[in-house]
Amino acid sequence: MKFGVALKSALEALRANPMRSFLTMLGIMIGVASVMAMMAISEGAARQVDAQISSLGANNLTVRPGADRRGGRSSGAGGRTPFTDSDVEDLRSEPYALAVSARINGSGTVVAGETNWSTSIYGVNTDYFISQAWNAQEGRLFEDREVSSGQAVAVIGVTISDTLFEGSSALGQKIRVNNVPVTVIGVLDKKGQSNFGSDRDDVVIVPITTARNRILGGNATTRNYVSDISVSVTPGYDMALAQDELEERLRVIRKIRPGKDDDFRVFNIADFIRARSSTQATFGILLAFTAAVSLIVGGVGVMNIMLVSVTERTREIGLRMAIGARKQDILGQFLFEALGLCLIGGIIGSGLGVGAAELASKLGDFPVNISPTIALVSIGASVLIGLFFGFFPARRAAQLNPIEALRHD
Amino acid sequence: MSLSPAFAYRRKAINHSMQSPATSPPLISCRKVTKTYVMGTQKVHALKGVDLTFQRGEMTSIMGPSGSGKSTLMNLIGALDVPTSGDLEINGKNLAKLKSNDLADLRNETIGFIFQQFNLLGRSSALTNVKLPLRYSRNPLKDIDARAAECLEMVGLGDRMDHRPMQLSGGQQQRVAIARALAGSPSILLADEPTGALDTKTSEDIMDLLTGLSDQGITVIIVTHEHEVAEYATRRIHFRDGEIERDERATT
Ligand SMILES: Nc1ncnc2c1ncn2[C@@H]1O[C@H](COP(=O)(O)OP(=O)(O)O)[C@@H](O)[C@H]1O
Ligand SMILES: [Mg+2]
Repeated sequence: MKFGVALKSALEALRANPMRSFLTMLGIMIGVASVMAMMAISEGAARQVDAQISSLGANNLTVRPGADRRGGRSSGAGGRTPFTDSDVEDLRSEPYALAVSARINGSGTVVAGETNWSTSIYGVNTDYFISQAWNAQEGRLFEDREVSSGQAVAVIGVTISDTLFEGSSALGQKIRVNNVPVTVIGVLDKKGQSNFGSDRDDVVIVPITTARNRILGGNATTRNYVSDISVSVTPGYDMALAQDELEERLRVIRKIRPGKDDDFRVFNIADFIRARSSTQATFGILLAFTAAVSLIVGGVGVMNIMLVSVTERTREIGLRMAIGARKQDILGQFLFEALGLCLIGGIIGSGLGVGAAELASKLGDFPVNISPTIALVSIGASVLIGLFFGFFPARRAAQLNPIEALRHD
Repeated sequence: MSLSPAFAYRRKAINHSMQSPATSPPLISCRKVTKTYVMGTQKVHALKGVDLTFQRGEMTSIMGPSGSGKSTLMNLIGALDVPTSGDLEINGKNLAKLKSNDLADLRNETIGFIFQQFNLLGRSSALTNVKLPLRYSRNPLKDIDARAAECLEMVGLGDRMDHRPMQLSGGQQQRVAIARALAGSPSILLADEPTGALDTKTSEDIMDLLTGLSDQGITVIIVTHEHEVAEYATRRIHFRDGEIERDERATT
């Protein structure tokens, strides 16, 4: 095949009928734009999930008291034995435990000057910051000795800092947390929304001892109780294995006899999010599938127009054959014409796709991720569509009998 | 529009440049060529065993009633179709032995077609139309624009190169078609009723042009209904019912 001739003839044909070429491309444009937008949106969602998982901190296994609910029955909600500080200490000696964080949580009011604010209050040990991969953006976190001596210090989330101090530094300020005066020693990094939609920066964190003894005073919290434990697993250690070992250890600690159900739950929140995101992914695949269907419909449109074009130009094909075009030359010409339609449509379409994704992101307030890979894949897909749907009409043109073609009117 | 002087021939009834047919091998030879079209149960015997040879530089007219097989013969010689039986040789090459691509190349290099309906590409300029066979050539010229322009000048259209077929008269369009047929320097020109769509004066111009080309050594075969046109040729073949009825050479 003479590549240059086929290309030139194809371009001449496309230019000869600009309106038709444009309308034919429109189908491909819309197809490519929707494929591209869908990919950008699902990629964006996937990235968001990754970000959420990494914001949870490294591989954490969260432990809560209370049996798993099975078949809608709760086996003894009243019989929840809380975890205690000694459980936390015990778990520290597990081989996979990088950090074992303990937390009690409650809510209350914080007051600074005239402003008061209802918020979450956590009492934690220092491992909590490790397991959550949470650092102070200003000031510092509290230390072990401040936990053991129950100091009246607090680190606060960005939301609290912004609400109570409106731009002036919170460091060293005295705030009253449930009427207990504490000193702000640090402001935490911004975490943003939690996976469940709450503001993770709307929090005051104090040493667990301080919380128990003074701030979240109540029967349950006054003793050594811990609401939840989070075990950070050493990187490289198999998570499932760690989870099994942790469950085994907890059964021993809590003296559960063989055959009896666990009275605690261990879960991997990352798994939880992944499971939830796999639903999203399925939805995303459905959307992408719909988009792909529209691209294929665009391809069928191209094939249709190419068939019309071959019929209209039967005499021209006969003439080209009579003056020495080989079958492949004719094949190439019409294939390039279809490819040209799809490629140009694909390029314009991917531009539209970027726009559509950006717009959807603005209107729907979710992240999109537009990468060159996505653009290449979309344009590549349109080229494949062009090859696939262009081939049949092109072959029909190439197989024409020159005499009959010349006699065609 | 005037012809370049080299081609300002007038009609002639005599043969003055014939080579002796017997000495040189024929450029085209047909042996017992038949062509039968099958349409359902019906068979049409378009050619019933034609024996013919054409010499280099010969100018031949083929006449005969409609349906007598003239176009069928032209299509076979032009390597656009294959005979039902018999042999066709061009330049000593048996067409039956050539593959599709070789036939295409033969049409590109050796044969030039001229049609009654011109068959120009309507959206392309005269120059682009003439360039078309050069583009498909396997031994491409360096400057196909120059060659196409040269051919258009040869047919007297040097000043119409950028015109589209629509902007040209019928005679001018046929000249473009002749230039296109000439572009690849063919040894054979096949013209199936080239003047069928033209008035008498224009027909004469076209025939003068073709006569000049034949004088340059190109083998020209013209199918026509018109005696005036046929008289330009030095050899006149008459067809009837798929057979040669008469094959005569004009003499001084
Ligand atoms: N493609 C075809 N299919 C069937 N019959 C055909 C075909 N082409 C030509 N014929 C028949 O063959 C005969 C010769 O046709 P043709 O060579 O075109 O005649 P001419 O050019 O002398 O008028 C006619 O009877 C015509 O109907
Ligand atoms: Mg005919």
